[in-house]
Amino acid sequence: MVIGIKDAAKLTGVSIIAFCAVLVCTMFLNFNMDIAGIKEEITMPQALAFYEAQVSSAKVVSMVSGGCLLATSVVMLLFYIRHYIDIHRKELGILKALGYSNLQIARNFGVFGVSILIGTALGFGGAFLLMPLFYEIQNEDKILPEILIHFHPVLLAGMVIIPTAAFAALAVAYAGCQLRKPALALLRDSFQYSGKAKRRGKERDSDREFTADLKKNTLKSKKTLVFFIVFASFCFSSMTQMSFSMKELSSVMMGAMMLLIGLVLACTTLFLAITTVIRGNTKTIAMMRVFGYSQEECCKAVLGGYRPLAYVGFAIGTGYQYGLLRMMVDIVFRDIPGVPAYEFDVSMMLISLAAFLAIYELIMRIYSEKIRKISVKEIMLE
Amino acid sequence: MIEAKGITKFYGNGESRFQVLKNISLKIEDGDFAVILGASGSGKSTLLNVLSGLETPEGGGVIYDKTDITGLSDSMLTRFRRENIGFIFQQYYLLPDMDVARNVKMGADLASNKEYKEIIEAVGLGEKQHKYPAELSGGEQQRVSVARALAKRPKVLFLDEPTGALDEQTGRQVLDYICRLHEEYGFTIVMVTHNQNIAEMADTVIRMNSGKISDIYTNKVQKSAYEIGW
Repeated sequence: MVIGIKDAAKLTGVSIIAFCAVLVCTMFLNFNMDIAGIKEEITMPQALAFYEAQVSSAKVVSMVSGGCLLATSVVMLLFYIRHYIDIHRKELGILKALGYSNLQIARNFGVFGVSILIGTALGFGGAFLLMPLFYEIQNEDKILPEILIHFHPVLLAGMVIIPTAAFAALAVAYAGCQLRKPALALLRDSFQYSGKAKRRGKERDSDREFTADLKKNTLKSKKTLVFFIVFASFCFSSMTQMSFSMKELSSVMMGAMMLLIGLVLACTTLFLAITTVIRGNTKTIAMMRVFGYSQEECCKAVLGGYRPLAYVGFAIGTGYQYGLLRMMVDIVFRDIPGVPAYEFDVSMMLISLAAFLAIYELIMRIYSEKIRKISVKEIMLE
Repeated sequence: MIEAKGITKFYGNGESRFQVLKNISLKIEDGDFAVILGASGSGKSTLLNVLSGLETPEGGGVIYDKTDITGLSDSMLTRFRRENIGFIFQQYYLLPDMDVARNVKMGADLASNKEYKEIIEAVGLGEKQHKYPAELSGGEQQRVSVARALAKRPKVLFLDEPTGALDEQTGRQVLDYICRLHEEYGFTIVMVTHNQNIAEMADTVIRMNSGKISDIYTNKVQKSAYEIGW
């Protein structure tokens, strides 16, 4: 069959996100379960208030981090499956033409659950390694009685087994939906054409330069890549800024962890998005080079169109993280004493933007250089 | 004039390294219609790639009117192809999301050719210039590829098995278009084929076998696309 463990291994981004989500959620949820066991031992009102603050903050962090990272994982998994089907449409079309049913083919996509299993298992194990330090920092002033670490099987099921099974099932179901096309449609080159209105528009524009047309068309025809680059920029912007802002709103340990996770995730998503975009356009660039277009012209025409969209994603991410933290401070933490006032951090936004620009341009440059080295023979052998 | 001097080319590394081109030397005059003829694996496509500057040989040189292109940098080679070379491949390599006019414009813009629509008409696709590649037959797609190559007004047109994926009737039609445009514009043609019959259309035939030129001869009479066998 066409899909194997090797393909699942390419979902490193999803594994990393799953790892981070499970690491954070396991630590906080395990802490919540263990702290619940000592509630009756707390008699001092000051300690009780501290206890309540710890419980609600752990819930919020688990919900916000877990929820965001879960959504990110789902989006990335679905994107990857769709992209996989797009680039392997001929092989999948041949399988369908040979008589394999949609379900028989889609079943193989269950292997993508392996990447979730790897990420969640490592995250779960990592959480238990960090837990002694985490428990100590959470109660470093010894306001609460000693909190012992317990293993909760329900967390293992909820953090590793169920997500793995759910993601595998989601992969199969989504692939099944995507494969609901005639075999011939999969065997033909990908191309979309929708009616007279589109055609009239194209006729009107036909005197534009080829490279300008190509730039516009590339974005129109590769909508999944457009979505992914906007999404990745959104993630980068929101994760970097949010993790720095959360440092102010939480303990040192939590802040440092959120910052580290935010940076890893931001860079991973952006890297995956840019490399996917470049790979998705390699053939066009290589053919243009054969005909005599310079590398700069090719990159400007084929990859340049994604740049403004990436900035749009960054702007949306900035607004989103501000709105979310504002909401957390104003609504969720409203009754908790000692929570500092939250204001939009312009300097942090500028640092994040500068890092975003540097990483974006660097990856684009490195991969453009790789494309330059692709020979016409390699394109012909595809 | 294109002159190849002692071209050698290898593929692979270590034990799997093998020589594809063995000391190839030849001359192709301006305006000539040259066919490189040979069986699969004889090295004819590699020779075409080397002659057109798509691949660099390990030894020897390819000289275009005193310029040895094997010594050019990557960007200079790109510029050289832009100004001098047109390509037609067996698999067409059209941009699937661009209509016929835009695919041809890809070549036309490189030569600032505003009259590219005349070439679309000349290859008989005037009515289909707003169709997409997937809406065209194989023969029509190859004609788009011909128009795209010619729209950049090349001095030399390289064709790699241009009729390899076409049926007899369509293949003859495409070859006929190429010959008519060759007569009209006077560019040099270098075509790779394994089909002995197509070689009868050429001025010069370069026969290749196992990476070497086994024979070079000139046809006294060139047959048309409709006179050759298939």
